[in-house]
Amino acid sequence: MAIDVLIAEDEPSILESLEFILRRAGWSVSAVTDGDAALEGVRRLRPRMLLLDVMLPKRSGFDVLKLVRADAALQGIPVLILTAKGQQQDRRIATELGADAFVTKPYANADVVGAVRQLLGENAGSP
Amino acid sequence: MLSADFVIISAVVYVGLLFVLAYFGDRRARQSKTSFLHSPAVYTLSISVYCTSWTFYGAVGNAARSGLEFLTIYLGPTIVFVGWWFVLRKLVRIGRTQAITSIADLLSSRYGKSNRLAVLITLIAVIGITPYIALQLKAITSSIQAVAASSEGARGSLAGVDDGALAFGIAAGMALFTILFGTRNVDAKEQHHGVVAAIAFEAVVKLTALLAVGVFVTFGLGGGFDAIYSRAAAAGIEIYSDDTFGSRFLAMTILSAAAIICLPRQFQITVVENSNENHLRTAGWAFPAYLLLMSIFTMPIALYGLTNMPAGANPDMFVLTLPLAAGQSGLALLAFIGGFSSATSMIIVASIALSIMVSNHIIMPIVLRSSSGIGQGDGRGVTRLLLISRRISIALILTLGFLYFSLTGDSDALAPIGLISFAGVAQFLPAILAGLYWREASLKGAASGVFIGFVVWAWTMFLPSFETVSPVVARLMVEGPWGVGFLRPEHLFGLDGLDPLVHSVFWSLFLNVFMLVVVSLFTTQSALERIQATVFVDIFRRGAVPQGNFIRGSATANDLYFVAERVLGERRAAALFETAARESGVEPAQLDPSPEFIGRLERELAGSIGAASAHVMLSKVVSGSDVSLEEVMQMADETQQVIQYSQQLELTSAELRSTAQKLEDANAQLRELDGQKDDFLSQVSHEVRTPMTSIRSFSEILLEPGELDDGQRQRFVSTIHQESLRLTKLLDEILDLSALERGERAWENRPTDAEAALERALSVCDALLRQRGMSVELGPRTRTAMVDGDPDRLCQVFINLISNAVKYNDAEQPVMRVSSLVRSGHYVVDIADNGGGIAKGERKLIFRKFSRGRRSGTDQSGAGLGLTISRQIVARMNGTLELAPSALPGACFRVRLPLI
Repeated sequence: MAIDVLIAEDEPSILESLEFILRRAGWSVSAVTDGDAALEGVRRLRPRMLLLDVMLPKRSGFDVLKLVRADAALQGIPVLILTAKGQQQDRRIATELGADAFVTKPYANADVVGAVRQLLGENAGSP
Repeated sequence: MLSADFVIISAVVYVGLLFVLAYFGDRRARQSKTSFLHSPAVYTLSISVYCTSWTFYGAVGNAARSGLEFLTIYLGPTIVFVGWWFVLRKLVRIGRTQAITSIADLLSSRYGKSNRLAVLITLIAVIGITPYIALQLKAITSSIQAVAASSEGARGSLAGVDDGALAFGIAAGMALFTILFGTRNVDAKEQHHGVVAAIAFEAVVKLTALLAVGVFVTFGLGGGFDAIYSRAAAAGIEIYSDDTFGSRFLAMTILSAAAIICLPRQFQITVVENSNENHLRTAGWAFPAYLLLMSIFTMPIALYGLTNMPAGANPDMFVLTLPLAAGQSGLALLAFIGGFSSATSMIIVASIALSIMVSNHIIMPIVLRSSSGIGQGDGRGVTRLLLISRRISIALILTLGFLYFSLTGDSDALAPIGLISFAGVAQFLPAILAGLYWREASLKGAASGVFIGFVVWAWTMFLPSFETVSPVVARLMVEGPWGVGFLRPEHLFGLDGLDPLVHSVFWSLFLNVFMLVVVSLFTTQSALERIQATVFVDIFRRGAVPQGNFIRGSATANDLYFVAERVLGERRAAALFETAARESGVEPAQLDPSPEFIGRLERELAGSIGAASAHVMLSKVVSGSDVSLEEVMQMADETQQVIQYSQQLELTSAELRSTAQKLEDANAQLRELDGQKDDFLSQVSHEVRTPMTSIRSFSEILLEPGELDDGQRQRFVSTIHQESLRLTKLLDEILDLSALERGERAWENRPTDAEAALERALSVCDALLRQRGMSVELGPRTRTAMVDGDPDRLCQVFINLISNAVKYNDAEQPVMRVSSLVRSGHYVVDIADNGGGIAKGERKLIFRKFSRGRRSGTDQSGAGLGLTISRQIVARMNGTLELAPSALPGACFRVRLPLI
């Protein structure tokens, strides 16, 4: 069975918290820690959505987003962008590249869960 | 056999030939500006008017009497043309741009257009040149007499005619000829192309004649140079006298050098008749070459004459008498014509030059002053007046020459007479040179210098030339005036034991220069003098020369035209006014004369009647004609002020430019700093947000009720704690760096064992190394190395580098290599690892704030300030921290500290 959320985040402690709150909310989660792995993960795992940090080693979040949107097989996948800078500039670039939603660090756990739920097209509770 | 009648007829025919030549020369020169007559060759040949009958006949006489002394007459001009050509070039440039008509005009124009100075110069020139003209008369007379005495019956119609009558006849003939020749019209800029053509022709004739005689005597009679010299030596003739090269030799060289510049006829030919400045280049080498040819046979002729002619023969006539004695009538005739042509060329040019000076500077001013209106009478008044005055001047000058000739008798040799003239005109030299190169030389200085030099010359040289004919002069010479011994002409101020020539040259030139300098220094120049001084001295400075149109006020075009027509003639005057009218776009009748136009007119007039007369003449016509000194002064001052003001402006604007540049630089620097600040803030916010994110997220997890087991709870709390520590460390580092960057130092440098600090750092990191399974290779190590620093801070740097080597090393078997050594007064530590190394593009960046290598390992606890701080610390210990080439595949950091 396909997983629900693929998390791409290089900060170990943030990754740990994200995995915890999404799993607790009932989704199946997988994680990668760099841009290349994220792209490879999306192709291999075909997650229902991608939670993508902007500042990733090897390949930036924007890069990953661009390649995902350019790939006919992947372009429909919802992407939630996670940025530490949370600035207008980053937001605009992400919108242009086709991001679906944003969450700014430091985030409230409920915001992340709400955004993921919305992108997955669920109202509440587990699927 | 040559007879006197025949040579006289030959001379007349020769003169006729010259006249035809001059006539057609004039016409050709008028028709074409590019004709042969405007060539440098003709210019150079005409300069050889310097070689008169004194050179032709007298040089041989001089050589016979005084050995090599005759060379000085050629040496001086050669020095000037080869070494002092820049003086000539300046003279020619001034002559051309300022329409100078004579040497008197030159000096008068330079010293404030003073007519008094022009009169003084003219008088001195006339008096000074008189002996020289007499010399020519004497030479021609002697040469005719020599022919007459050469054989029985040669006297012909000269029987019963004495020297005086013969000389008078020659003088009268010359006067007539020169008048016909030189005063046919008053020309623009006083150029006489026809005369110049004739003079150039004469130069060829006299050179040919002298060379022919020289070749004949040397090779035909004497059997070559060597034979002549050895025979002369055998006859006991002293050729190389030891005292030849003494003070007299020097004095004569100076005089002949001065003469080539100051003689009115030389000035006329070299400066006034010059049609192209570049001709001077050719003359620079060709004229000395001409002189060399003229002098090459002088010594052989003299020596041969001395050894072979009967005792008592006049050596001045050897050139003529040697061919005569050898029965070579044709050659003798050629020699006679050569000598005659030398004399005529000098007389023609000298009397033209002098007559221009006399008419422009003496007669014209008198006429201008006495007649209330020069515009009255018929339309060509001034032109005719000029021509008439010139003709009278020529007659007068030749009369004076004749008088001198008859007064001094025939006892003197040719050379001393010439030297009297040379010394006379040499008095102009200081004023000319000062005028060209010394801005402060003033009218009073120049006038007093020339005057005193002239008086001394007249007393010590001119007067003594009458010694033999006047008992009064002879007594004066012995006793001094009123019996005052130290005023004796040849022993002035008790100066004894000098050759009379040296004595006179010394005193006259010394006092001349002395007065010129002293009086110039103690007098102030008038405004016009200052202006003219600038025009002359700065003639080569482009644009800096104001053209002296300093007649102000107004005049009707009618009045001005009246004046111009009278001086320039109807055609040139009309052309001038039409050009001016065209330029201002009106009909000639409506021309409103601008000051510029009046200035131009003044220069045109000056070309015909001299600067001073032109100035006076126009001042009379222009209303408000009193050229007020104050006004001129004011104009000069205003110009000066404008120049100063614009210089100040230039200076100020340069300052402004540099200030603006500085501001721009500072602004750019500020902008860059501002950008750096933005970067820094954005980096800090990023570095803060990351731990804050974890802390917030885990706090929220912990705050929510239930569901967590103890292990999870414990783990989340510890993460929060670690992230808090990370924040604290970040804060510390930022503060630390900020202090370092502000230049504050939390420590005092003191002698520190750097090697011990490294050792300590290694032991602190020991646990970390073992934890990562990193093996440490210890390279060569030095012993105690004392540097100026702080042990704790140095240890901090080493720990930072070692932990970087650990953190960023992703090799399977991580290795680190540490080595230290002392090299050229420095303690050098290398810390290398076998990790991925640092990408080329990052090598510069890694020392910047918040920059972390992309290839970061799992431990991301650093804020990216470590290397920046380390570098600052090392810099404060006067050392460096850099990347170095590594023996291992990874990065290698090198710390270098100076030993103490």
